[in-house]
Amino acid sequence: MSLHVKRLIVVTAVLSMPSWATLAQTWNSPGLSDQEFKSMPPGGQAPRRDLAGIWDAGFDGIGILEEEAKREAARPPFTPLGEQMAQRNKPGNGPRLVPVAQINDPLSILGDPSGFPRLVMFEFRPVQIVQTPDQVLMLYMFEKRYRVIWTDGRTLPQNPDPRWYGYSVGRWEDDSTFVVETVGMDDRTWLDSSGDPHSTELRVEERYRRVNQNNLELTVVINDPKVYTKPWMARNKLPLRLMPPGTDLMEMIPSASEAQAYQRGISSKTK
Amino acid sequence: MRVTLLGIIVSVVGLFAGAVPAAAHHGAATFDTGKEITLKGVVTEWIWANPHCFLKFDAKDETGAVRNWAVETQNPVAMTARGWSRSAFKAGDEVTVKLEPVKNGEAVGRILSVLLPNGQSLVAVGPQPAATPAQ
Repeated sequence: MSLHVKRLIVVTAVLSMPSWATLAQTWNSPGLSDQEFKSMPPGGQAPRRDLAGIWDAGFDGIGILEEEAKREAARPPFTPLGEQMAQRNKPGNGPRLVPVAQINDPLSILGDPSGFPRLVMFEFRPVQIVQTPDQVLMLYMFEKRYRVIWTDGRTLPQNPDPRWYGYSVGRWEDDSTFVVETVGMDDRTWLDSSGDPHSTELRVEERYRRVNQNNLELTVVINDPKVYTKPWMARNKLPLRLMPPGTDLMEMIPSASEAQAYQRGISSKTK
Repeated sequence: MRVTLLGIIVSVVGLFAGAVPAAAHHGAATFDTGKEITLKGVVTEWIWANPHCFLKFDAKDETGAVRNWAVETQNPVAMTARGWSRSAFKAGDEVTVKLEPVKNGEAVGRILSVLLPNGQSLVAVGPQPAATPAQ
């Protein structure tokens, strides 16, 4: 075999490697680049009942532009109460967008928690999924927040005291599909960046389907009869890609003091 | 040889990597979208924070009076992916800022790009310029 052919083989082999291999063991990663996201190979068959790893939904995870448009198209009409609640919310994104100085987003203006399900609707940045015998833990880059999804067979609480991130149980529907049901969410939080509201009677279904080794899909169904006239799909097979082991993620924490600095520096001058 | 070859290939792949659509800002209604102005000035502060980083700099207006501008970018995570950093600017740096101003005439806007004294240009909008920087 000539040296030229050997070199060609090496080049081909290197180019065939997962592009993320070059990222392993780096500090403070902002997530996959768009190119890395788009060029991710399947990586082989999905392991059985296993979501462990760091997953990145890329640009669509942020939940604006195309994803926002898809969400708005999927959203059914508000109930009369839902319409009243929506009018009170003054968002910086979406069809009811207002100028910066008028925004009353509890997340960006007050420094309130994003809450669930907003955490998977807006700024859904990389999430590390950890599985224990009784729980699935979701460790989110955004807010450096976590959720506990119980898999020990318990049922959801009746009339729960509302929490920012609700109460979740999960089950494997088959070897590649993990279904999470969540109730008891605090109605101070918005559903998304567009200021869509929700009540404490909201129920959310998340469906995670491991397509293959490197690909996961997330579908989210919103069911809140006090606010929306029928259940609706707020995320429809959102693709997520597996990041390399050894990835250390940046912090992305919307702190109250930073929100105030932004209001002083920018928002207050735009009235 | 192999290490060198790998390095070259990674570099070449890196050149073609990255192309994130221009991210929308919250509060887009405030800005005079499509209007561009370019100002030469001196950095007074660089705030690396959520929900948006912002750069403050002094620049003379057409009458010769100095105004302190505050111009925003996206958040630190998005800007890191574009090659920006907490140490991108320090007070006293001379910069040329291309920006989109707010509609109300205040010295506020959002950054399109910044030309640094060393000739490097930091771009805030459009496709992601290169592979995610490693640290």
